[in-house]
Amino acid sequence: MKYQDAVAKYDPVLGIEVHVELGTATKMFDAAPNTFGGGPNENTTPASLGLPGALPSVNGKAVEYAVRIGLALGCEIAESCRFARKNYFYPDVPKNFQTSQYDEPIAFDGQIDVELEDGTIVPVQIERAHMEEDAGKNTHVGGAAGRIHGAEHSLVDYNRAGVPLVEIVTRPIEGAGERAPEVAAAYVRTLRDIFRALDVSEARMEQGNVRADINVSLRESPDAPLGTRTETKNVNSFRSIERAVRFEVARQADVLDAGEAVVQETRHFHEDTGGTSPGRPKSDADDYRYFPEPDLVPVAPPREWVEEIRAALPELPAARRRRLLGEWGIGELEMRDIINAGLLDQVEATVAAGAGPDAARKWWMGEIARLAKQSEVSPEALATPEAVAELQQLVEAGKLNDKLARKVLAGVAEGRGMPAEVMAADGLEIVQDDGALEAAVEAALADNPDVVEKIRGGKMQAIGALMGPIMKATRGQADAGKARELILAKING
Amino acid sequence: MAEAAAITAEQVKHLAELARIAMTDVELERMAGEIDTILSHVARVSEVATDEVPATSHPIPLSNVLREDVVGTSLSAEQALSGAPAQDQGKFLVPQILGEE
Repeated sequence: MKYQDAVAKYDPVLGIEVHVELGTATKMFDAAPNTFGGGPNENTTPASLGLPGALPSVNGKAVEYAVRIGLALGCEIAESCRFARKNYFYPDVPKNFQTSQYDEPIAFDGQIDVELEDGTIVPVQIERAHMEEDAGKNTHVGGAAGRIHGAEHSLVDYNRAGVPLVEIVTRPIEGAGERAPEVAAAYVRTLRDIFRALDVSEARMEQGNVRADINVSLRESPDAPLGTRTETKNVNSFRSIERAVRFEVARQADVLDAGEAVVQETRHFHEDTGGTSPGRPKSDADDYRYFPEPDLVPVAPPREWVEEIRAALPELPAARRRRLLGEWGIGELEMRDIINAGLLDQVEATVAAGAGPDAARKWWMGEIARLAKQSEVSPEALATPEAVAELQQLVEAGKLNDKLARKVLAGVAEGRGMPAEVMAADGLEIVQDDGALEAAVEAALADNPDVVEKIRGGKMQAIGALMGPIMKATRGQADAGKARELILAKING
Repeated sequence: MAEAAAITAEQVKHLAELARIAMTDVELERMAGEIDTILSHVARVSEVATDEVPATSHPIPLSNVLREDVVGTSLSAEQALSGAPAQDQGKFLVPQILGEE
């Protein structure tokens, strides 16, 4: 069934679980480094390998980050909470259980406003946010394209095992209607922006720092009880989230229309086809036999500590975006581009350093982003907001044109100093010396008598033909307006 | 205090599957009886657990034992893999994973 027909007939309900890897120095329950990349199995301790007798210890910074996230999501912070063992066998979980939280999450009962592209606000209720640890990474060998199906064996790297995670679970998101795919993606995007603002995670989707499990169910009408849901696991880009929701809505509508029942199961999303396929059905295998972790004592965040963290929360992305949209007078899409490029801090600081919002945005999103891509570094490594503001001032003072400014910027990016220094060192300032310009103009006129005739005859566009030689003679530093004035003065004078 | 329902072979089979232990029907029956006996002994605790005794997961009245977020000594890859029955490319080699997809 087409998606449009499916949502015309059925009411989709979403439930989203987001895992975020925290950017702490060490793992959740041991002091092994929490770093991305590196050689396999280089970042482990007996505890993260689940070796006999190894005892866990809770990372206090991870608890602080979890509280920060909970508060930013409008949650209550538990007076006391404990860890629990979630028991299951899988090679990427070396202890045969994941240390998580079950009946006592650290944060619960929150709500955030999710803003869609057209400005529509969708409130999303947060059921809970709890602390847990990540699993290792399996590589399947022998099957088609690294898939588990048909694999002969698997290889396990435990560097990621024990990396601190916070899992955030929504209550059912109702009333999204045909915009369900957009709402799902916008919700995860909102969380991603919040994680970055809170400085608790790099929150890079492409590195798997943020992963979403998307529950979808359909019902006949908004008054009907919730339908049977499926859970599409590990959908890791905003576009994939939208596609996965669209696919599941259409697929489930087909199942229901055929008079069959939706099977409650986990499903896998496939980037290549945009479809989902069944994983294992919810069954005995989901009997995780949670019980309180005996090796860890409860975490009871003192109230005054929680209030300190609350008081130190940064301005949250939605509020900041609204404030800057008003202050800068730019469009929603332009703002979205800046945020997605991760350059909001730079643009804001550049404006604070004296540049206009349009100029600040243009430099960061244009030439600096281009240079950064070219040299495969982050834009903020190439220039400071102060340097960009100074560059813009030089342009506005008429000392640099756009082309020269880009040359100066390249020098700044190479670490050769602030723009004024680079401009002086390379002699790039626009020639205001009338003597040199006049000489260049006279030479151009003498060399191109035919062009001079045309201009005399009233063909003003012929002036363009003289600009090339003039710019060449002045190494591109001639003020074009001034050159034009001189040409006309000499021909007509 | 009502007697707890007897443990059935079916329940033991479920547990055995969760624990990935292969058991014969004879073993399941025998184990059902044994677990039943153990549970009825443990159930005597509820005779003394009155309303004044709260459920307890941790016997020591301690909380907030937190570690500073400072990197400590970790194992080298060689050490980490030293107990592995099989390895390849610096990773633990595990047999085919069944029961997925």
